[in-house]
Amino acid sequence: MVEFALPKNSKITGGKTWPKPSGATETREFRVYRWNPDDGKNPSVDTYYVDTQDCGPMVLDGLIWIKNHIDPSLTFRRSCREGVCGSCAMNIDGQNTLACTRSMHDVKDGAVKINPLPHQPVVKDLVPDLTNFYAQYASIEPWLKTTSPTPQKEWKQSHEDREKLDGLYECILCACCSTSCPSYWWNSDRYLGPAALLQANRWVSDSRDEATGERLDNLEDPFRLYRCHTIMNCSKACPKGLNPAEAIAELKLKMVERQI
Amino acid sequence: MSAPDTPKRSMRTPLGRVRNLGAAHSGTSDFWRQRITAVAMTLLMLPVIIVVMMTLGSNQAGAKVILGSLPIAVIMLLFIVASAWHMKIGMQVVIEDYVHNEKLKLISVMLNNFFSIAVALASTYAIIKISSGV
Repeated sequence: MVEFALPKNSKITGGKTWPKPSGATETREFRVYRWNPDDGKNPSVDTYYVDTQDCGPMVLDGLIWIKNHIDPSLTFRRSCREGVCGSCAMNIDGQNTLACTRSMHDVKDGAVKINPLPHQPVVKDLVPDLTNFYAQYASIEPWLKTTSPTPQKEWKQSHEDREKLDGLYECILCACCSTSCPSYWWNSDRYLGPAALLQANRWVSDSRDEATGERLDNLEDPFRLYRCHTIMNCSKACPKGLNPAEAIAELKLKMVERQI
Repeated sequence: MSAPDTPKRSMRTPLGRVRNLGAAHSGTSDFWRQRITAVAMTLLMLPVIIVVMMTLGSNQAGAKVILGSLPIAVIMLLFIVASAWHMKIGMQVVIEDYVHNEKLKLISVMLNNFFSIAVALASTYAIIKISSGV
């Protein structure tokens, strides 16, 4: 839905400033979005001071340090801490990225400002509800579909065809791209978004798959695919350096190709 | 045009909501036409500007002479068709992006079609009338 102002219950109010850690020689200010579904209050932004001499260099290190040393109630997702799982996707200093691969030193000037991924329902603090996002991924049926008899060994693929999957298979579904897309903000109920479309192109481009036309049929829709207006926020946001906008353009090209 | 049920109103599964009414199997034609008309307008823009500048300061008789030329009339007509078509598709995209009330969206898309056709026909009529010397 297009909303030019936050709903009343989403407006950010005040926030607590936690004391600086005693004995710390170097600190970094973190301003973190907080919201607790149980206390009935509006979201707030809490200010913390992280002892940079006592924690790793990444933003995720800072958050873990806060959770361990200052405020155990701070809630966020994290797992692999090396940019593989996509759990710690959040908005850092205005850009969607992974907290584990963004160095706090790369955030220039002032505090490290951290918010949950934009325009998604919040479960708690920095944890967004990605149910719709995952359902969209499921809707593109991300598995190999064949009708030919299964071969004795593997489905074969030439080196050239395998190369066509480069830049697509690396996606970790962190949702940084989809939640950075204004078109997805306004129409996420019907537009599949850059992540699901990049994944769709990954299967459409797979030489072993025999359901290419069926996959394109399922995408050919003014909303599912054509809500992409080449804004390119997705490609700018992707923490893995992928180019979802290009993948979507390839899908559109294939749509035109089969008509002309 | 039906929007999927929102989680608040429905107990449908997330996948059911995403799949909703299925793919419309359309959109590519509009996508392609929008690009064709954009390229056409890019090519026609300069000749149209030249024609408009030629008619500046001339009276109706002068305009009749200029637009009475077949190539000039064709250029103007092509530009009208391309721009009205482009306008119609572009505006529909904007409506679909921002208007989420289903009834209002339906009415807006309908009015957009009427307006674009009316503008195209009125402009075409004007060009034909002047160029035919009536």
